[in-house]
Amino acid sequence: MAEKNSQNQVPDTGHEWDGIRELTNPPPRWWTIAFYLSAIWVVVYFIIYPSIPLATDHTKGVIGWTAIGEYKEAVAKNDAIRQPYLDKLETMSAQEIINDPEMLNFANSSTKALFGDNCAACHGSNGQGIAGMFPVLLDDDWLFGGTVSDIATSIASGRKGNMPAHDLDDAQINLLTDFVIAASTGQATQEGWDAYQAAGCFACHGADAKGNKWMGSANLTDAIWRFGSDRESVMRTIKYGVNQDGVDGTQNGVMPAFGDKLSENDIKLLTVKVWSLGGGQSE
Amino acid sequence: MSEEKNNPENSHNIEKIYNESAEHFDVNLGGKKIHPKKVSGRFRNYKNFTWLFWIGYILLPYLRWDGQQAILFDVPHRQFHLFSITVYPQDIWMLSFLLILLAMMLFGITAIAGRVFCGYFCFQTVWTDWFVQIERWIEGNPTQRKKLDAAPWGAVKIRKRLFKYFIWALISLITGITFVAYFTDAYQLWIDIFTLEAHLYVWVTLLTFFIGTFLFAGFMREQVCLWLCPYARIQSVMIDKDSILPTYDARRGEPRGKAKKGVIDAKYGDCIDCKVCVAVCPTGVDIRNSALQEGCIMCGVCIDACDDVMEKVDKPRGLIRYNSEKEIEGIDLPAVYKRPRVIVYAAISLFSITAIVVGLLNIPPLATTIIHERQPLYAMMSNGSIRNSYTFKILNKTPEAVDIKISAEGIDGIVMKGVGETVTLKPNRLIPFNVQLEAMPDKVKDKKVPIYFTITGIDGDVKISERYENFFARP
Repeated sequence: MAEKNSQNQVPDTGHEWDGIRELTNPPPRWWTIAFYLSAIWVVVYFIIYPSIPLATDHTKGVIGWTAIGEYKEAVAKNDAIRQPYLDKLETMSAQEIINDPEMLNFANSSTKALFGDNCAACHGSNGQGIAGMFPVLLDDDWLFGGTVSDIATSIASGRKGNMPAHDLDDAQINLLTDFVIAASTGQATQEGWDAYQAAGCFACHGADAKGNKWMGSANLTDAIWRFGSDRESVMRTIKYGVNQDGVDGTQNGVMPAFGDKLSENDIKLLTVKVWSLGGGQSE
Repeated sequence: MSEEKNNPENSHNIEKIYNESAEHFDVNLGGKKIHPKKVSGRFRNYKNFTWLFWIGYILLPYLRWDGQQAILFDVPHRQFHLFSITVYPQDIWMLSFLLILLAMMLFGITAIAGRVFCGYFCFQTVWTDWFVQIERWIEGNPTQRKKLDAAPWGAVKIRKRLFKYFIWALISLITGITFVAYFTDAYQLWIDIFTLEAHLYVWVTLLTFFIGTFLFAGFMREQVCLWLCPYARIQSVMIDKDSILPTYDARRGEPRGKAKKGVIDAKYGDCIDCKVCVAVCPTGVDIRNSALQEGCIMCGVCIDACDDVMEKVDKPRGLIRYNSEKEIEGIDLPAVYKRPRVIVYAAISLFSITAIVVGLLNIPPLATTIIHERQPLYAMMSNGSIRNSYTFKILNKTPEAVDIKISAEGIDGIVMKGVGETVTLKPNRLIPFNVQLEAMPDKVKDKKVPIYFTITGIDGDVKISERYENFFARP
């Protein structure tokens, strides 16, 4: 190579600066080939792919490639992988899904969007709820029951708690408030229990104050508070009740029904999701 | 010696040497095609044996082991099967040691013996060797080949060329198929290819290798070594005065001069300037110019050729020989194990080998990731306790189902929920599951305390005992 390109033999363009001559060496052959190939590729590309903008449209290219087409293909490919699992979920009952770790994992992952669209607005993206306003779905306390069928019913038909307002004197309200707060840590006094009986609370909350899932009455002996644990909130709940029409200050807590909005399968999948958030109970 | 040189038989040989080489020696300037002369001898024989290494490469994909392909880089499933060992991407750290090992071996061998890899093992050299041999069978010796090159296209030339290209194409095809066979089932691959049902990736890879092999070994040959391969350019930094390279002993050979029939000319050295060493060189190097040339792949065929000539002219062999710069200068070469570069390269290589072997023998059967739930960090439970959730992602890398037990510690009275006594991990799968820990607030000393999960295998063949730190959060 060195001899072939020897400066003295190669003709120059006649330009010379400080003894440096501009030679007429051609560019390397590989470079020239690559250059012409690129030029050919430009033409090929213009024929194959959409390329030339027209007044209202553009040339389509012979293979009909589009970006959205490529996207749709990718989605279809993904759907094809998911479909057998989705079909299998369709045929399984909620309890069967819960018992199969692999399907449970798939169900929970694929239900994320469904949960986000329908549940997360109140219950939070992962069921964390908002204290005092929207129930936490992660814990093991259920007003209307935590079995698969209870949860399915809650989602499909909705829930609306009902606690009457209590027109009692302040001393009694204070006594009951003290009782409810103490009961949550198991420290209720006899005096409190007497007031509880006297006010008729046991009719709904039970003689042991553990609530009743058929009525949606709260368990007063656990550490979970539907409408806040501070004294003021507790007092307000006793005084004005829950979901009382025409009562100022009543607590509001309504779970809307999704039975008309969602398919049976979607409700089943959401049931599985809610059940497996951690608080699910067996039948 | 002088009497022997007058021997008429030897004189005849000398004539023959010049006749043979005169027509086709060629110093490579890049412009002309090199047609190396066939040579036989010691180093040529070594080269023939090193081919076997690549025959192994071609046959290995068809080997079966435990009912599956012995060596398989299963990219879609992200598994690398090496006989009975399966390596997952989680164990890829071993690859870095493999790369270090290969680099160090290259450096070390170069420091000891120059570019022996190039001369004997490199696929470019070996494939070119094969292609040249085929060319020799079909088109004859270098003189005939050159004649054919220059000849106008006619029936004979077309027939010979087509036949040659056909054989080359077959080898190129097998080369490509072999490469692909390491990444997919080798037997199924042949079926797929001949029923034209192979995956697009297979066709693209095959085509790339086919064109690459055909072009590189058939046409570009030594140009690849000279202009494409970086090794030629960096070799000089890896070679020192102790490295043995094919060297022309100029002190013995110069001044070179034509040996005449029956005449000994005292003014000349041992080199009879027959240029056989250039004629046989696959890269067209004149070794007499310098031992260390970028074109020299140090394959030693010039040594074979020169030894042959020296024998014919009754001079001692080894005018060209594997020699270090020091040896040529008359200095003794230090023992290999006393040279610092060799020691350092060997030590690093040894370390890498140890790391790979230990790594391969101790591949953990599980790859575990435990992720603490972030939103919310904790939830309050009806009995007043705090609950934290964790997602377990355990990949079972063994081909059998593995039963494990999970336990947690770090907080007094911590309770684990969500999993049963035993968890069964499906073979070669990763199925995430959730685990919940519950603890009473007064036992959790801080907003965030460390906890430890222990994963223990239950009477399986594989011993598992792993401990992972995580944390427990409270309000």
